[in-house]
Parts: sequence; C-alpha cells; structure tokens
Amino acid sequence: MLNQELIARVWHRPATWFRGVLDLPNDSVHKTLIVALAVSLVCSVVVTSTVVLLKPLQQSDVSREKKRNILEVIGMLEDDKNMDVLFHGIETKLVDLASGDYVQVENIDPNSYDPIKATAIPELSSPVPPERDVANIGSREKYAAVYVVKRDDTMDYLILPVRGLGMYSTLHGLLALEADANTIFGFSVYQHAETPGLGGKVDDPKWRALWKGKAIYDESDALRIQVIKGSVDVYKPDAKYEVDGLTGATNTSRGVNNILRYWLGDDGYGPYLKKLRSARG
Amino acid sequence: MAGPTVKVLVDPLVNNNPITLQILGICSALAVTTTLKASALMCLALTAVLILASGAISMIRNHIPSNIRIIVQMTIIASLVIVTDQFLKTFAAETSKQLSVFVGLIITNCIVLGRAEAFAMKNPVGLSVLDGLGNAMGYSLILIVIATLRELLGSGTLFGYQVLPLITAGGWFTPIGIMLLPPSAFFIIGLLIWALRTWKTEQVEKPQYQIHQVHRTELI
Repeated sequence: MLNQELIARVWHRPATWFRGVLDLPNDSVHKTLIVALAVSLVCSVVVTSTVVLLKPLQQSDVSREKKRNILEVIGMLEDDKNMDVLFHGIETKLVDLASGDYVQVENIDPNSYDPIKATAIPELSSPVPPERDVANIGSREKYAAVYVVKRDDTMDYLILPVRGLGMYSTLHGLLALEADANTIFGFSVYQHAETPGLGGKVDDPKWRALWKGKAIYDESDALRIQVIKGSVDVYKPDAKYEVDGLTGATNTSRGVNNILRYWLGDDGYGPYLKKLRSARG
Repeated sequence: MAGPTVKVLVDPLVNNNPITLQILGICSALAVTTTLKASALMCLALTAVLILASGAISMIRNHIPSNIRIIVQMTIIASLVIVTDQFLKTFAAETSKQLSVFVGLIITNCIVLGRAEAFAMKNPVGLSVLDGLGNAMGYSLILIVIATLRELLGSGTLFGYQVLPLITAGGWFTPIGIMLLPPSAFFIIGLLIWALRTWKTEQVEKPQYQIHQVHRTELI
C-alpha cells in the first residue's frame, strides 16, 4: 500500500508528484501505467500536431496534382513551372448531371469543389440503385465539375472526371473529348491501386494512346464505346468504337468499360453531352 | 573520450555494417534501390528516424519499465515514422510516391528497433545519437552503392540523368532489365558481402555445424 500512500501524498503537489513517479521502481504497476500513458500522450500530440500543421501545405500539392493530370490528358503538360499559366485557359464549370445544364450553385466554388466529398453529403448526392450502378460507385454527386479548354472563346477540349471500381481499387480517370463532344482525345487513369504489371497497366502510355480518335456515340446517339477482350480488328466498321482490353487484366478492363458505360450513359454525362452535340447541330 | 565516440560513429560503416554484417533492413534495400533519387530519400528518412528514435529512447531509458519496453520503443519509432512520412509527403511528394509503403515500413525496419534495444537502452543520449547516425550512414552507404549499380546498369542513368547512351536512342548501351527487378538487389548485396568478407576476413562466420568424419578405425 506504499504506492497508494505515495500517490495520495504527492497528488496535491505536482512537482513532487513528478519526482515521486520517477523514483518509483521501474517495474511497479503504477510506474508501468504512468509511463505507458505518458509515452502515448506525448507521441499522439507530436503526430497530431505534425499532421495538422503540414495539412495546408499538402492540400495545395493535391490541387497542383489535379492540374498536372488535367494538362497531361490533353498533352499540354510541359514542366511544373508554367503549369498555372497553362491552366489559365482552362475553365472549371459545374454541370447538373440530371439536366445536363451548366449551373451556378450558391456556396460552391467550382475551382475548389470536390465531387468525392460531395458524395458524402446527402443534399449534394444521391445513392445509385444497385441495378444501375455498373461502375460500383455507390453514390453519385448531383453536380460534376468539368474542365473546358478554350481557345479564342470556342471550346477546344472538354475534360470529364470519371471513376469506378476496377478489380481491386477505385480507378480515378479523366476523359478528354474533342470539340464535337463525341471524339475521344485522351483517357488517363491517374489514381488506382491495381496489380502492378497487369491491371496496373491502365496508366501505361502505350495503352492510353489507343484511345485517341475513338468515338463514343454513333449517328443514332446510341452509346457504343467499349473495351473489348483481345485486339480490335481495324478493318471492322465498328473499330472506331472499340479499344483493346489489357492483356492479363480482364477485370480491370471490364472495370474501365463499366466506368465509361456508366459515366457516358444517361445517369452520368449522357444528358450533358447530348445537349452539347445538338447545340452544334 | 575521442576513442569510443569515433568508434561508435565509424564502426557501422564497414566493420559492423547493419546490412552486410548484421543482415538487417534487407527488405527496403531490395525495394527502393531501382533509382538513386528514391534511395537517397529513403536514406534521409531512415537517418532522421534512427537518430531521433535513438535519442528519445536513450533519454527515457532509465524510466522504461522492462516488461513494456519493446512496445514503448515501437510507439516512439512509429510516431517518428509518421512524422517523417508527413514531411516527405509535403516536401518531396513525387519521390515519396515511389517509396509508397516503404517509408511506413521503417517502423518494422530491424535496424531501428535493433539499435534502440541493443544500444540506446544502455547508453547516454549523445552516444546513442551518434550510434544512430553511424548505423544510418552504414545503411545509406550500402543503399547508395546498390542503387548506383542498379540505376546505371538498369536504365543507364544516374539521378535521372542519362549517363550511358541507350541503344534505343542511338547509343551503344543495352539496359540490363533484371537490374530493375528486386532479385538483382539480392545478387548485389550477396556480392557485396562476399567482397567485404574477403577483405575483412574476421567477418567470416564460423560454421555452426560440421559433419564429423568417422573413420572405420575409430569404431574399432
């Protein structure tokens, strides 16, 4: 009971209490608990404050990363220095996915809007019914942020962010379309965690190059683009709607196919792209 | 005074190298040495963690209850690793992506816990910090050697700059593909250990067990 007595005695005098703790035999239960608690406390304070203090610096890096990905998909990325200058000609717009119209929403700045965060907010998203959720996204944002690349006030390229399940991970990609809102200019998956060397080849430049010039919809506005198993027969009339699947990555290829089917279909950018196409006549 | 201090700092470089003699920290030596840049960053991260962990643990060594000492050491090391990882993510975002999980895995790098348990628990702060620095330098030395060989022979570059002109770009050098795969690091470490033990014969281990030749005459 000596320990209890000691602790009771020093509880009222912190300085002596501290010394008392240090004087306790190392293997006593009290000292073990107090040391464990103190170490955890100090370590958690150090870790938490580092994370909190460094967070603002990291976030700006995330937005740089976003800019870099966008410039890369349209082949405008030169080096990091003039990224902001290059990004000047790119306008971020909010699209109401259900109606397909550009919208301006109160309290939402298109430049800092994060659709992924919006899917966690009930007012800004809606759950996707399982039978329609081909891309396995669970919940879809109400407004999407699209990037319009302009030259002399006419649209040059349109960049649409897409995402969905591959084999093991969520693929985050950007689809760049030409001004006709139908021809693919580029497709890149900038974030994924698929198996390196197999599904991981979704970010392979050689595979990405296959997408250029492919068409999404046919003359009757039907969604035709698809990733097929094996290689595309270039003499087929449908070849312009087809992209080679990745060898050894059937499920990842299927995932990419589903992502495009979902996001370019009626639940995704379908209505928006239809309006753009009919506006061009 | 100068004697032991210098010894603590210099010994881990060659005579008691954590990788080639103690065979610790091999996993990260295999994984991150495809490019010099990633290796250099990894060395930096390990050096920071090792010095700070040894210092911190040595500071409280007289008050760590022996039955929870490993978990106390791990808590301190893990926190330092997270802090280091956050710094890398902030100030070297691109290269830290290449290192992916291996910065986090410094927590389980045997060198850090090994030095904490073997040295920092028994020695004053200053000496422990020097020991941490020495071992980190020993680790870094080997990592840099392996990475130099792998990057040079695997892609003809050093720190990303083309040193050997590639055959695909009109030069004469055909990259050795296996150098970019993990097994090549095994071979290089093996050859390094061989070379080192030929030079420093006292590092050669004695065989632990040998089949004794029994002669017929002994039986009779």
